[in-house]
Amino acid sequence: MARFVARGSLRLDAVVPPEMNAEALSFLGQGVPDVRYGTPLAKAYADDSFPRRLLAVPEVAGALHSLVGPEPTVDHHAVHVREPHNGHAQSLHADAIIDVRPDAFDVQLMYYPQDVTLEMGGTLSVPGSHLRRINETDTGRYQNLLGQDRLVCPAGTVVFVHHGIWHGGRRNDSDLTRYMFKIRFNPTVRQRLLWDTTDLDDPQVRDELVTEFPWYEQASGRLEIYNRVLLWRELTGNPTFDADHWATRVSNRPQEAAI
Amino acid sequence: MTALTQSKDDTLRQQVLVLYLSDSSLDSRVLGWSLYDGTGGTSPTTGDSDVPPYPTGTGALLDGWRLFQAAQLLPPYPGHEHDVSFLKHEFFFEKLAPAAP
Repeated sequence: MARFVARGSLRLDAVVPPEMNAEALSFLGQGVPDVRYGTPLAKAYADDSFPRRLLAVPEVAGALHSLVGPEPTVDHHAVHVREPHNGHAQSLHADAIIDVRPDAFDVQLMYYPQDVTLEMGGTLSVPGSHLRRINETDTGRYQNLLGQDRLVCPAGTVVFVHHGIWHGGRRNDSDLTRYMFKIRFNPTVRQRLLWDTTDLDDPQVRDELVTEFPWYEQASGRLEIYNRVLLWRELTGNPTFDADHWATRVSNRPQEAAI
Repeated sequence: MTALTQSKDDTLRQQVLVLYLSDSSLDSRVLGWSLYDGTGGTSPTTGDSDVPPYPTGTGALLDGWRLFQAAQLLPPYPGHEHDVSFLKHEFFFEKLAPAAP
């Protein structure tokens, strides 16, 4: 979870079995019937439907529960298709509208049913961009950022991303059509200690939270860590947690008079 | 109209390079980059490269790019001093070149 807070994404390689990937490729081109915004997950998909079985893959089910808890609602879903030699990449963007909730987040599941090569234009995402306050495609001017993630993955890979992550479908320069199925989930419970917290005090938690990404400016990179500390405090219910001393220092305003 | 067309054909085209640097100094590290090619010779796009064209902003100057705009240094809005948003240190460069054949 600390890595997700720092990076804004969680990648699960090849967790969906090959027979399901083959099945997905047989129908994703026709799309998936819409569900109404905010439909409870339990009512969104029929028991034998592909999305239901995708969400029952143990690694997927576990990650979803850890991130948004039990019984989230389905915000919406979509099949994204990038045609061969598609001439345009999407502008770098965050989905929906600017969303700066300090104590909650949505996640998007992105499922790739086929091997994705660099030439196929796998999703571009920018690690650690999810806490930046920008609105949708206002970041379209940015073509490349140091340390960006140009997804190359085996079939059956699922990636969960924080709602604020900067991303975009890249230009498909290959001869193959590329498919991606995504579902956005809204939590219905407070996102606090929803994951396996037996290692909450492990020093690696702090190490993950102070991860610097190569595209961070010298100064703003420190603010990224400050903002992660605030989010970690919300997720753990520990109002005094700090990674270094930055969050503690700037809130220190003693009120006791000197004796 | 003929004169305008003739003029357009002879006009050098603008190539624009945008560099995002680590701090407000032009010789700090390149963290992000974008290229727009008015010659029509290339079509740079989002996510097309993992390697910066230059290690620093001054690297672009040494290669003949001309700086024509630099981001202003603006103080944070009161109450939002810890917010993070757009990349702050944005520098626009240009080269002039003939249109692609």
